[in-house]
Amino acid sequence: MELFFQLTLAGLAIGSIYACVALAVVMIYQATDHFNFAQGEMAMFSTFIAFTFLTFGAPVWLAAVGAIAISFVAGLIIERVVIKPVENAPILNQIIVFIGMLMILNNMAGWIWEFTIKPFPSLFPSDWGVQSELIGPHHMGVIGLTLIVLFAIFLFFRFTRVGLAMRAAAANPDSARLVGVSVSWMLALGWGLAAGVGAIGGILVAPIVYLDPNMMSGVLLYAFAGALLGGVSSPFGAVMGGMIVGVLENWIGHPALSELLGFKMNELKLTFALMVIVIVLLFKPAGLFGRVVVKRV
Amino acid sequence: MAFLEVKGLKAFYRQVEALHGIDFEIEEGSIMTVLGANGAGKTTTLRAICRMVRTEGSIVFDGKDLTGMPTEKVVQLGIAHVPEGRGTFVRQSVEENLQLGAYTRNDKKEIEADIERVYEYFPRLRERQKQQAGTLSGGEQQMLAIGRALMLRPRLMLLDEPSFGLAPLIVKEIYEIMKRIREQEGTTMLLVEQNANIALNLADHAYLLETGDVVMSGESHVIRDDENVRKSYLGY
Repeated sequence: MELFFQLTLAGLAIGSIYACVALAVVMIYQATDHFNFAQGEMAMFSTFIAFTFLTFGAPVWLAAVGAIAISFVAGLIIERVVIKPVENAPILNQIIVFIGMLMILNNMAGWIWEFTIKPFPSLFPSDWGVQSELIGPHHMGVIGLTLIVLFAIFLFFRFTRVGLAMRAAAANPDSARLVGVSVSWMLALGWGLAAGVGAIGGILVAPIVYLDPNMMSGVLLYAFAGALLGGVSSPFGAVMGGMIVGVLENWIGHPALSELLGFKMNELKLTFALMVIVIVLLFKPAGLFGRVVVKRV
Repeated sequence: MAFLEVKGLKAFYRQVEALHGIDFEIEEGSIMTVLGANGAGKTTTLRAICRMVRTEGSIVFDGKDLTGMPTEKVVQLGIAHVPEGRGTFVRQSVEENLQLGAYTRNDKKEIEADIERVYEYFPRLRERQKQQAGTLSGGEQQMLAIGRALMLRPRLMLLDEPSFGLAPLIVKEIYEIMKRIREQEGTTMLLVEQNANIALNLADHAYLLETGDVVMSGESHVIRDDENVRKSYLGY
């Protein structure tokens, strides 16, 4: 029971990180109807920026905040410079742009910071909270911090004027323009926010998986699985989906389950994420929490 | 110079010319209606003013040239558009829809008061204020669209077929409220309608569009008494 509890908690921690990246993906999906395949690499790049601050001797929190702020601005710029010109292009062109960005960011990171694996410090002190083989202070900190961040984002979208305008611009751009919302800037702002949230995910996952240009490939896959499971039309669903995928992944990955079943389940962890994607798309495309919009004509 | 002055207005959808150089003007405080059959260019005329379609010619509102402005800028000048199909934000609540209408304003207290005022015009919206706007009936969504436009405190209101797809009784109710709005707010309106009878009752002036050209214009009662109009648009 103790093991189960710890596994679940550790799963929630890694799931929180998936939730951050899934939320970033869904925020952009809501506004553009496309998955940003480069979301993971953007987060990786942000983490390297934090790493650079660290090498200059910045304290870890300052490095993180600085990197997140830069990511926000970079997200805005990417939308303006790269995404806006292909806004009305056919879907394939847009996907190629996303994949191109993925490869460019990946290779640029390797070029600037090399492909060697680097340690990355936790934002949280190592001498408080739970200490065990499966979960430590970093995990607890991750859960706490993501909950705070997600709650802040919820408040922003639910209760601020700009948040409402962003939702309106995503849902009904023509009407949004007619009430004076600059839809184009709302899209850019969405990219900025998504880049910032993704950066948080990257900075939180780096101490666990170590920092290298390919560190987000697995995370992005789990985040996609989480986003789909929760429902791409629902930010809340994406967060829940990310958490669920994290917990399930941790259960499946533990040697005890492999022993119990008599074969190596833990090697199927990534397969599991892909299975979730396929099963959701086949049987419940709207996801678990995907809101079915009531529409009368 | 008139409040809104349109000269030589041409509008294009890609290469297709939908308006062939029309002229019209509206005086401040008056209501003008644009009548015409399907495809005559009524909606295009409104979309041209809001800069949602490519145009040539000039559109001058209160001394400012609108051509070359993005839609958001036109809205900031106080031009509210009640679009074809009502433009409801279906996932947002009724109240959020109204707040969006006041997006360009910063006077929080006044906005609250104006929401109250919209609820007074449309008591049915008050009953549904927390409801997802997509669940409203067609008539209620039309009321919401007009309410959203009022939230701008518009100097000019563009209304695109507020009677579209609604039962006659609801149409009557909505037009009565529009009449009250006109009396109480003195808002200038440019009204596009297929339902010529009801539009002529409300409007001071009317223009008749036929496939992209103005074929007749004048005071509402003159237009109403014209034999051709009566036969083609009023059906008696």
